Amino acid sequence: MDSMFHHYPGGTGPAYDEMFDAGTMRPAYDQFRSTLDTMTMADLASRVEALQASYLDQGVTFDIGGEERAFPLDILPRVIEQDSWSTIERGVQQRVRALEAFLADVYDAGQVFTDGVIPRRVIATSSHFHRAAASVRPPNGVRVHVSGIDLIRDNDGEFRVLEDNVRVPSGVSYVMTNRRAIASALPETFAHHRIRPVAGYPQRLLAALRAAAPAGVADPTVVVLTPGVFNGAYFEHALLARTMGVELVEGRDLECRRGRVMMRTTNGPEPVHVIYRRVDDEFLDPVHFRGDSLLGCPGLIDAARSGQVVLANAVGNGVADDKLVYTYVPDLIRYYLDEEPVLRNVDTWRLGDADAREEVMDRLDELVVKPVDGSGGKGIVIGPAASRPELDELRSKVLAEPRNWIAQPVVQLSTVPTFVDGKLGPRHVDLRPFAVNDGTKVWVLPGGLTRVALPEGELIVNSSRGGGSKDTWVLAGPTVAPVREEVVVHAHQAEPPSSGPAITDLTGPGEQEQQQQQAREKGGTAC
Amino acid sequence: MLSRIAESMFWIGRYVERAEDTARILDVQTQLLLEDTSGSEETTCRNLLAIMGVEFDPDARVDTRLVLEQLAYDANAPASVAAVLAAARESARRARETLSVAMWEALNTTHRSVVSGQFRAAGPASGFRWVRDRAALINGAADATMTRDEGWQFLMLGRCLERADMTSRLVATAAYAGGSGSPWTNTLRACGGYEAFLRTYKGAETERMAAEFLLLDRLFPRSVIFSLNRAEQCLHNLEAGGRAGFQNDALRLIGRTRADLEYRSLSDVVADLPGEMEKLQRTCALATDAVTRRFFAGSEGTNWQGGRV
Repeated sequence: MDSMFHHYPGGTGPAYDEMFDAGTMRPAYDQFRSTLDTMTMADLASRVEALQASYLDQGVTFDIGGEERAFPLDILPRVIEQDSWSTIERGVQQRVRALEAFLADVYDAGQVFTDGVIPRRVIATSSHFHRAAASVRPPNGVRVHVSGIDLIRDNDGEFRVLEDNVRVPSGVSYVMTNRRAIASALPETFAHHRIRPVAGYPQRLLAALRAAAPAGVADPTVVVLTPGVFNGAYFEHALLARTMGVELVEGRDLECRRGRVMMRTTNGPEPVHVIYRRVDDEFLDPVHFRGDSLLGCPGLIDAARSGQVVLANAVGNGVADDKLVYTYVPDLIRYYLDEEPVLRNVDTWRLGDADAREEVMDRLDELVVKPVDGSGGKGIVIGPAASRPELDELRSKVLAEPRNWIAQPVVQLSTVPTFVDGKLGPRHVDLRPFAVNDGTKVWVLPGGLTRVALPEGELIVNSSRGGGSKDTWVLAGPTVAPVREEVVVHAHQAEPPSSGPAITDLTGPGEQEQQQQQAREKGGTAC
Repeated sequence: MLSRIAESMFWIGRYVERAEDTARILDVQTQLLLEDTSGSEETTCRNLLAIMGVEFDPDARVDTRLVLEQLAYDANAPASVAAVLAAARESARRARETLSVAMWEALNTTHRSVVSGQFRAAGPASGFRWVRDRAALINGAADATMTRDEGWQFLMLGRCLERADMTSRLVATAAYAGGSGSPWTNTLRACGGYEAFLRTYKGAETERMAAEFLLLDRLFPRSVIFSLNRAEQCLHNLEAGGRAGFQNDALRLIGRTRADLEYRSLSDVVADLPGEMEKLQRTCALATDAVTRRFFAGSEGTNWQGGRV
């Protein structure tokens, strides 16, 4: 243990290290001591190897540029204590409720604009605002069935919101597979913790999807819509469909007839009521969006508008996770819920505002500048790491379309020890907790996906940019522990299963002995 | 069940069976080439490629190495075991949520061993044995863990059609091998049916009897008739029959071919064995088309022709 962390520099720099506080281990990780004490670096390495092999065998993979790779999972889990978690939980719930209210407002009367909380042009200029979604009222009022709010931990250890994902957040399948893999890779440590389970996610999701069904459909047919096997997240789509026990369909399996959506089966077309779609808005319906898309199904939007089918998440949600709208979310929380935000945003300048632009343009080399509609880490420029020409290019891009950019201080993401190249080193992490809204309650999966930037010092954690992951353990507090009474039940003594002649011969006295005896009497040797 | 998934299941059944049977055929043929030095390597190899439906340059030199590349190792050759196992795994990936975990992992690990080069490194004899073992594992996992729903019927239908087709090719290789060596014994061995054959025919061993056993035996699970019977049964299970006749084209085709084989005299059938076997392979191809039209047609999908609205 001491040898393992001998050269570990975490907890001494500006970034918050979650395991070490200036050289001493934080109490959340106490339980690791006993396990890691008995383990050498070679032991750890062999367990890492077994872990990766098991992912390849199970096909827990994702695609980078057409090549299938095992999803990178680090062997050391990240631990979040109950208190921190309950803050996260409340914060995420609050945020989802506010964004739901906001979306309902945007695609309806737009009271929020009239009251001057957020300018209408912010929405009208968003590329994710879809008129096709206007005045569509979802049956149970839910538009954000599934959300993933990305959190980071600043230098003081406080969780802050980095961005919202209310379109098609992905990664939840890895939360479930990571847990199973780590439980078998570190069984000793696992047994010593009281970790809140994550395996219930598919059932929660299915319940929420069923609750979203069109009115009057008692037993709705739910499907998962995937772009196909070449999509990077195909593994996740298949896993969700499998664990929910519903069909996984592609666009070509669906067909719209008279405003209803049918899937083609071997027994002819069958109706579909709720579509958990993992296809982006733009590709969903060639009638309304991209005419050349083969991933969706013509007529889907009209069917949804007429209330025959429910799309989860709803079309047009992108306006709520636009990075410019992000800057207004604390105001939205106060406006809709009359509450103070539980989780703070990262400080952000809107470059569309002249004042902010003036303040920022000279300091681009100290800041992180992000395009407002990007995802997957695309287009982000980290000032201190960028070259002169890159910064000049950025400056001209920003000046050309200032509305499309925001700037943030370089936030040092917290670090967690990670096994890379045969040793443990501090690596930056973020956290994506997943929330499911069934219309009555926003449920937050106790865990979430911890993404790790594997190169040393790197701050971008997206798996499409070479990021890894960690299992995230949310500890159950001692107070909520159900007191289990020791009940001793004595099993009824059952008859053994019928033994058959071979078992009798092999285990009982009898013929075998006689035959041997006979052999001896004949003068042969027993052996 | 979704048409697209049904199609994947059907092809998983076919590909796994094809990999196994190709390995069995290669096992016998490479063995023959080793044992028997009198026959020409060139002719045997050419015949083998022709029977397996592999097209090749008639002027090129054809040797064992080429045959092994084309039929076993080259992942880009469509008839090779490597390619077929990759296709089985790809079909499984597309029907991932319908397969049991055990079956998926059996398919996935098999494919990984091919990609990592273990299959090639094992060399012919033990490599082919490995393919047979893996096929048994995949089929066994399916048998032990899959519900007998429509998906299972399509899986079995694919397996049986493929088996009928491949057994007919195996018989054809034996017929072409002619006098050299003991091709029928080896063919029976390839099917794992040599001992069963000896028991059934009380030790008598003639080419005619071997052909009868491989084609017409109702109890031997790799015989053509047995496979066709099972395929028919699967189609019956998929589609309840009416009072008169058969509506399903695939069922008609298979039923007619089966009756034709069973009710003709054996001498008539063995008179032109290669020709008969080709006819049988045609039936299997046509039946596949018919199954595709009837059950999978919906999965082709339509393209939206309009522009942006």
